[in-house]
Amino acid sequence: MRLLNLRVNGDALSTAAPAHWTLLEVLRYRLGLTGSKQGCDKGDCGACTVLVDGKPVLSCLTLAALVEGREVTTIDGLMPAHIRAGGTGADPVQEAFDRCGALQCGFCQPGMMLSARALLNRTPHPTRAEIKDALAGNLCRCTGYTQILQAVELVIAEAGGAAVVPTDWRAELEQ
Amino acid sequence: MAARDNHGNTPPWGANFGVIGKPLRKVDGIAKATGAAIYTDDIQLPGMLHAKTLRSPHAHARVRSVDASAALALEGVHAVITGADMPIKYGVIPWTQDENALAVDRVRFIGDPVAAVAAVDEDTANAALKLIAVDYEVLHAFLDPFESLVRHEPAIHADRKEGNISKHVRLEFGEVDALAKSADVVLEDEYSFHGSTHAPIEPHCAVATFSADGLLTLWSATQITHYVHRALAQVLELPAQKIRVIQPCLGGAFGGKSDPFSLEFCVSKLAMVTGRPVKMLYTREEVFYAHRGRHPMFMKYRTAAQANGRITSVDAKILIDGGSYSSFGLVTTYYAGQLLTGPYDFPSYRFDSTRVFTNKPPCGPKRGHGSVQPRFAFEVQLDQLAERLKLDPIELRRVNFQGSQTRTVNGQRVTSNGFLECLDSVERASGWKKKRAKLPFGRGLGVAGSMYISGTNYPVYPNKMPQAGVQLKLDRSGVVTVFTGGNDIGQGSNSMCAYIVAEELGVPVEHVRVVAADTDLCPVDLGAYSSRVTFMVGNATIDACRKVRRQIVAAVAKKWAVDPGRVRLMPGVAIDLEDPAKALSTAEAFQLAEEEFDTLGATGSYNTPTLGGDYRGGSIGASPAYSFTAHVVEASVDTETGRIQVHDVWCAHDCGRALNPMLVAGQIEGSVYMGIAEALLEEHKVNRFGLHQGPSLLDYRLPTSVDTPELHALIVESLDPEGPYGAKEAGEGPLHSSIPALSNAIFDAVGIRMKHLPFTPGRVLELLREKDALEESKSAGAAARGQA
Repeated sequence: MRLLNLRVNGDALSTAAPAHWTLLEVLRYRLGLTGSKQGCDKGDCGACTVLVDGKPVLSCLTLAALVEGREVTTIDGLMPAHIRAGGTGADPVQEAFDRCGALQCGFCQPGMMLSARALLNRTPHPTRAEIKDALAGNLCRCTGYTQILQAVELVIAEAGGAAVVPTDWRAELEQ
Repeated sequence: MAARDNHGNTPPWGANFGVIGKPLRKVDGIAKATGAAIYTDDIQLPGMLHAKTLRSPHAHARVRSVDASAALALEGVHAVITGADMPIKYGVIPWTQDENALAVDRVRFIGDPVAAVAAVDEDTANAALKLIAVDYEVLHAFLDPFESLVRHEPAIHADRKEGNISKHVRLEFGEVDALAKSADVVLEDEYSFHGSTHAPIEPHCAVATFSADGLLTLWSATQITHYVHRALAQVLELPAQKIRVIQPCLGGAFGGKSDPFSLEFCVSKLAMVTGRPVKMLYTREEVFYAHRGRHPMFMKYRTAAQANGRITSVDAKILIDGGSYSSFGLVTTYYAGQLLTGPYDFPSYRFDSTRVFTNKPPCGPKRGHGSVQPRFAFEVQLDQLAERLKLDPIELRRVNFQGSQTRTVNGQRVTSNGFLECLDSVERASGWKKKRAKLPFGRGLGVAGSMYISGTNYPVYPNKMPQAGVQLKLDRSGVVTVFTGGNDIGQGSNSMCAYIVAEELGVPVEHVRVVAADTDLCPVDLGAYSSRVTFMVGNATIDACRKVRRQIVAAVAKKWAVDPGRVRLMPGVAIDLEDPAKALSTAEAFQLAEEEFDTLGATGSYNTPTLGGDYRGGSIGASPAYSFTAHVVEASVDTETGRIQVHDVWCAHDCGRALNPMLVAGQIEGSVYMGIAEALLEEHKVNRFGLHQGPSLLDYRLPTSVDTPELHALIVESLDPEGPYGAKEAGEGPLHSSIPALSNAIFDAVGIRMKHLPFTPGRVLELLREKDALEESKSAGAAARGQA
């Protein structure tokens, strides 16, 4: 058992867990932050992705003890951070995923949205290829990724960067 | 006429919809986006124990004894259970129940569950598993389905009459052989389809509690709450009234969570014997072994046609590798033949399907259950036919179109059918006429078509009760709560219910609450399989809404002293169509109705009409409506490396009416992605010991955003006469023809026929070499003739 002093979603939290526990286990089963998901527990799927000092990290491959003193952001912290920064409602990435239909089962999306958030924080106007590359560590089994890419592009467009490419079905609908 | 027949593609107020047909958000979208949605593994209960399963290391063995004494003696272990604790068999199909929650005397695949431990934490439970001693007598393992066909000892299931044959179906319609004999062209070929698995990102998980007064509550990541409820009662020998099953938010299923699974029984039993809540979460490796994925099939097809392309006769012989248990296999064996009889019309058809047992992880229903494999074979053969007859492959399909309001050769009723529009749509969008057979060598286009059921009229246990039930509760505040047994597995069925309620009762979607998949709270629904939910639960929801809508309209009309026909319920407001100044809020309208008629609520239901052919098995594959799909794939082949790259896939899908086009597009895109993935990358395969070759998402090779082609979802609306507002399914049909369309595109690109899945670079290179050798010998022959 090891005492852990963590900073998660802006809070300083202390807990104790077996020394071999990963950050994902501590977040989910000690701190009750169940927004981060476990899909494979071996770094294949990316559902457990969290931000550590703003960078996407696989929390199932990261020992909890290694992030002491660093700032951890989980999906549970994204909306509160947006509100603290003067926004209303959920983070624009979360809103766009919902508006574009990108949340089918939703299980992979906490990791996906955090990867997208990290990308947009460092590159406000990525190309589609850059978005694909940034999300390539997050597997989604429902969407075929199309509506996820559209969601990220919607965030960019609404932030004033680019025009949204209309989807095939929308073009048909308007005919 | 029962109230359940209350459906049709336009509501009484015409097709001027306020909610239906709009790309609205999902009711659970923002909860999923913010991490607030609770999935099964997110449930933490006070004093909860963690359970783990001991699994067989042998593909086939007799279990002589299990000694758990050392495990039980370990500090922190609360219980160990074995097959002796739950000897009653179960299985989703009542006639083929051959599974035990834990092995009773036999293990039938590597990974078959043998014992389960409940302990204070996962580490202790895992340590305890190592202390359980199992004495196995290893038996011959069947890993080749062709061997199971002829060798029956040792029988994998000792009580089966036909040895290792799981199911055999042979059905014949029309003069198959005579018509083949008189045809202008006959094609015969062999095809094979490999195994693939669902790989939902959420692993299976279950949590159980058992109260002091004997109530068992199970939360499980299942897509069929009702069947789990029935199976628990049977295996645990508890009255069904003492069991409550709840499906929390579900992280993907695709058919892979349709069967009752070992962990659901184990956590329940462990909760009963320990008096503590118990959770079990499968590891990703366990999910691969739990499987129930796509059946490998070995298929021979003979298609006969006239010179104008009209098909006259189709003959199919199919061997199905079922793996170790029956699962849905009876239905799979029928579906492999029954679902081929559209969108084309042919006057004669025979299929002979045999499913055999092997000592591999059990196969079951995966998206497009039983019909994706035959569709692949047949649509490739149609392309071969077009090549032989020098017809455009799209034209060949047009020539054979069966039409709408018709009957298939095997006696299935087809109502709406938008297949021609699907063909038109992909032909136009893909630039087919400009590109097909005209692109440079190495790049090409292929087409294929398909049909799929929108629900089945065959409930897995025979009964005459409704297949879908819905209950409504209307609050004075203007909130409507829908109670539905339907399972939202990410496809958006809860949202679909909310859209219908909002449309029918004039409330904003955000004022509709959906309570789903809880056996204590919700009326029975048969669950999320066979693409039945939109059609059946949608119709049941309309039925319930119409009953209570009549009361609301009558109360408002009385208040205004006008004819009820003048009252229109819009989102949030009731208006008088002839005097728009008169308006009441929804809450006021509800209150008037409550004053007039008492507490407001209604039930609604749906049952299929009598359907199916008049022969044994004729109702399997019978659906109240069929969806239709056409795909065009554009792909290129690198002739140096054999690598196939899919650039674009255009998929036009006839979903009847798109209740929410954004969600329909999502289903189409997800289906196409999954089809292309299993064609190119994925393979569920065991080695010669029965060990899975790569039970992880990385080794199994799930495509990433970088690997996925550009997907173009095209929606065709044929307005089905019996679907809710004309809607049909969208979740499974759009997978089918993606795979043969890719095979046909490869032919257009480099002239090789991919008849065996998966399409690996090795296979491509082998066929290219064969083709080159053939061409060389031809040109050598021509040169020799020229010299002579």
